[in-house]
Amino acid sequence: MNRHPINRRRFLTTTAATVAAGGFGFTPSILRAQSPAVKIAFVATLSGPGAALGTHLRDGWLAGVSRLGNQLGGRAVETLVIDDELKPDVAVSKVRAALERDKVDAVVGVVFSNMLQAIVRPVTESNTFLITANAGPSTVAGKGCNPFLFSSAYQNDQPHAAMGQAAQDAGYKRVFVLVPNYQAGKDAVAGFRSRYKGEVVDEIYVPLSQLDFSTEITKIAAAKPDAIFTFMPGALGVNLVRQYRQAGLAGIPFLSTFTVDESTLPAQGDAAVDFFTAATWAPNIDNPHSRRFVQEFEAAYGYVPSNFAAHAYDAAHMLDAAIRKTKGDVANKPALRAALESGEFPSVRGPLRLGTNHFPIQDFWLCKVAKRADGKFQTETVRKVLTADTDSYAAACRMG
Amino acid sequence: MSMLLVQALNGLQFGVLLFLVAAGLSLVFGVMDLINLAHGVQYMLGAYVAATLGVWTGSFWLGALLALPVALLVGLALEWLVFRHLYRRDHLSQVLATFGVILTVEEATRALWGSAPQTVLEPMALTGGPLGGVEIVSGLLYPTYRLIIIGVGVVVPLLLWFLVERTRAGMLVRAGATHPAMVAALGVDIRRLFTVVFAFGAMLAGFAGALASPIFPVAPGMGDTVLILCFVVIVIGGVGSIRGAFIAALLVGLLDTIGRAMLPDALRLVLDPSAARQTGAALASMLVYIAMAGILFFRPAGLFPGARA
Repeated sequence: MNRHPINRRRFLTTTAATVAAGGFGFTPSILRAQSPAVKIAFVATLSGPGAALGTHLRDGWLAGVSRLGNQLGGRAVETLVIDDELKPDVAVSKVRAALERDKVDAVVGVVFSNMLQAIVRPVTESNTFLITANAGPSTVAGKGCNPFLFSSAYQNDQPHAAMGQAAQDAGYKRVFVLVPNYQAGKDAVAGFRSRYKGEVVDEIYVPLSQLDFSTEITKIAAAKPDAIFTFMPGALGVNLVRQYRQAGLAGIPFLSTFTVDESTLPAQGDAAVDFFTAATWAPNIDNPHSRRFVQEFEAAYGYVPSNFAAHAYDAAHMLDAAIRKTKGDVANKPALRAALESGEFPSVRGPLRLGTNHFPIQDFWLCKVAKRADGKFQTETVRKVLTADTDSYAAACRMG
Repeated sequence: MSMLLVQALNGLQFGVLLFLVAAGLSLVFGVMDLINLAHGVQYMLGAYVAATLGVWTGSFWLGALLALPVALLVGLALEWLVFRHLYRRDHLSQVLATFGVILTVEEATRALWGSAPQTVLEPMALTGGPLGGVEIVSGLLYPTYRLIIIGVGVVVPLLLWFLVERTRAGMLVRAGATHPAMVAALGVDIRRLFTVVFAFGAMLAGFAGALASPIFPVAPGMGDTVLILCFVVIVIGGVGSIRGAFIAALLVGLLDTIGRAMLPDALRLVLDPSAARQTGAALASMLVYIAMAGILFFRPAGLFPGARA
């Protein structure tokens, strides 16, 4: 994810989905259908190198809203899609405009943790609900938890810790670690090591602009570890996976987080088959709600949904269920909060609860890349690694 | 010891790829005195076109081959649309205009292909057999494709040298670089000559992109990182010198690779392991730039100052 040196001026603030006051004959209360639409600001990174993830997140939300008949809790919904451009100042000014000018009822989305950290205060201080569908930095999960902040995804450390547990369970004695040299990379190592107790043969930190992994791959071959653990998001991961396979190292188990997922698999293809990742959900999860999500999503967008899409889809259902409970009264904040806290909404992951810090308490799976009969690639669950896992920051959270 | 050999091969191969991109840039820079920031997006286009045509035709090699004329055509079109109007302008206008080309082409690429990394076919069989790779050290296959790249890195500079030094066209190009007015007076169409040189440079960039596509990710912004390294190569090698670019590219490739391989371990002798890892990684990624600064200090015009330096 090399940062673009370019100060690009784009305004992608498009009004995406609107209206649907249809169903007059079917909805019991015509009055409600005519009340003004619920306005949602959906924030995602839609330009620059992180745009692929933002696209997944946005499409997941739009698929959720469309599944719900373009309504949330019985009220028509209007989504303002906001591109944060991966720049904190841009995120803040666009979100401020959405809050003050457009008077949105809630802010949803956010791919990257630093973007969430930028907008958390402006949104919650205006007493507006913020639902993160991906980013879950420790700063908002522990002491910094907030009555107006909810997560439909996970806390950042959890997938790495789940992979550490998987490595521990598999009995690997010597693991080689390879991550990018920035905060998220260091967090990944810490998360992994929180549950993996074996030996870490070597830790290599590579620059985010790394192009070629041949140097590191040569070192892995020399170290002959039982497995490698890596966190290489986006194009970095595409590179690493292909080169790992080309070097004939695929015999050494490839444990990863955010490295092989549905956003990178089209480019990784056969090279990624049988590589491991840790996740809350995979497209093969077998429940009717999830099956319908995958089927409708692929029909609408032409690609296999990832965890990013799934969590955003869940965010739509989370808001829908909560608004329904308040009978469409989004101005009644305490009632809406209580409804959200109940965690009662249909999730593609199956039923889940929310912890005291408003982050889900949920299962984590070891997943493996597989090629489907139709030639497309997806991650598939191998086994459950953590059951009803609470993140390690929840205990420090005091709401109020 | 054999590990060092493998790392040296890695460095050479990285250097060769850098050379292929830098050669076109250096040629255009040296002959036409044109700073072409858009060279990176021409490299990117080569990779995208090769990837797409590869998937289309079902063969990586066919895709890469077809990408060459496409890159040439794009180069001609860009020259006609934009660059032609820049030859007489100062460097600042050139930087501004070619920067604009970067933005336009990058956005167009994103609109056409989307922002996710592209699918690229494997040039060689993935596992086993002499086609997949050669086992230099036990347990590690050195991909045959990378050996081919090193081979290309030997052939292309020789071809370029032959073209520039031993052919009539090359002679005109050299003459046009230093005495454009005189060459024009002798009845040579300087404009057409420049067009050809520019398009050839664009094709070289596209060729490098196609060649790199199975190794580096084909994604938006892929040209930027390479472009920065290429400017380092050109500055070290001497502006406008193909020979300088070649030597500097190999130097940068080797330095970068060996630094990444050895520095963290070497630092462990004096620092504790975790500090050594972090400092080593940071230092290794700066090594190339430190080398550039050092060379500029002692030889401000680079190792092999070219015609226009």
